[in-house]
Amino acid sequence: MSKAVIDALVERFPEAVYDPYVGVGGDDCAFVKKDRIPEVCRFLKAERGFDMAPYITAVDYLGQDPRYEVVYNLFATKTNERIRLRVKVPESDCVVPTVTGVWRGADWFERYCYDMYGIRIAGHPDPRRLLMYEEFVGHPLRKDYPLRGRQPLMPEREIKDLFRGPGPSTRD
Amino acid sequence: MAAANELDTVPVIATRRDEAQSALQKIISKGVGWGRKYSLFQYPFVTACCGMEYMSLAMARYDLDRFGAALPRFTPRQADLLLVVGTINVKQAPVLRRIWEQMAEPKWVMAFGVCASSGGFYDNYATVQGIDRIIPVDVYVPGCPPRPEQVIDAIMLLQKKIQDQPHKLMDRQALPLPPGDR
Repeated sequence: MSKAVIDALVERFPEAVYDPYVGVGGDDCAFVKKDRIPEVCRFLKAERGFDMAPYITAVDYLGQDPRYEVVYNLFATKTNERIRLRVKVPESDCVVPTVTGVWRGADWFERYCYDMYGIRIAGHPDPRRLLMYEEFVGHPLRKDYPLRGRQPLMPEREIKDLFRGPGPSTRD
Repeated sequence: MAAANELDTVPVIATRRDEAQSALQKIISKGVGWGRKYSLFQYPFVTACCGMEYMSLAMARYDLDRFGAALPRFTPRQADLLLVVGTINVKQAPVLRRIWEQMAEPKWVMAFGVCASSGGFYDNYATVQGIDRIIPVDVYVPGCPPRPEQVIDAIMLLQKKIQDQPHKLMDRQALPLPPGDR
């Protein structure tokens, strides 16, 4: 659908954009080098009309070498084109430059990526957690976060229950 | 065998509080309980989709007014019955606790739906596994969401519980103060 956009990207940034492919559902995808993502996004917005970032999220591929990945789903409202940019983030250097300078609405998506996956966003204007509370330790959507790792904010009552067993929720 | 311990033969004295009450107090308790069970002012703490079911329950078709529990109050200070309708997550737990502490005695709590009762299928990092880890609960209503008939049944069970509880016209117990506030 928007193959031309990806082709233009590869032509314009031959050293930053690599491995283009057509993803499930027909969206055209490409991988982008981590440090070049604001530059690529600024080009897409200025010259290709991608004026909206409907969803920016992250993935944790536990066990692979660049462990994390930040995924930018972009949309051009005038031409009805969608593309998806994927940025590999290694665990040793878990920082991604911000794109809030390109799309103001990327603010909360990047805070979400920090909150849930612990991917720090360099240059973000408000780098706090988005959903979890400040006292929360760790990042809950990482694959190595314990399945029932609960961190209650207040002391919980001891309950005795046939199915849930005794004790507060920190038991499991 | 050695002789039985002296303590073994001491008769157990059953001093239950109910038995100690006089006949007059029992009559008063029965009357006050009758009054309280048919005037349950409720505070719906609605956090999730069970709220839709609560709305249909409070509207004309199922009509909680028939059971005297028709009047939702907009502050917990005026309410008798706290309806926790929906999922309570860890961030909300201190809020719920404070709401419950603001209610005047006597007060009762109903856990509406499986999420409030046990966490439901949200067995994860964010959800409190049942509000009874935060506040004491009188009636649990299972269901996702519960049918209105289940909630009506729970209201009737709660009314039976209220009727059987001891009530006093005046409670002369000192108010519990938080530690360090004396």
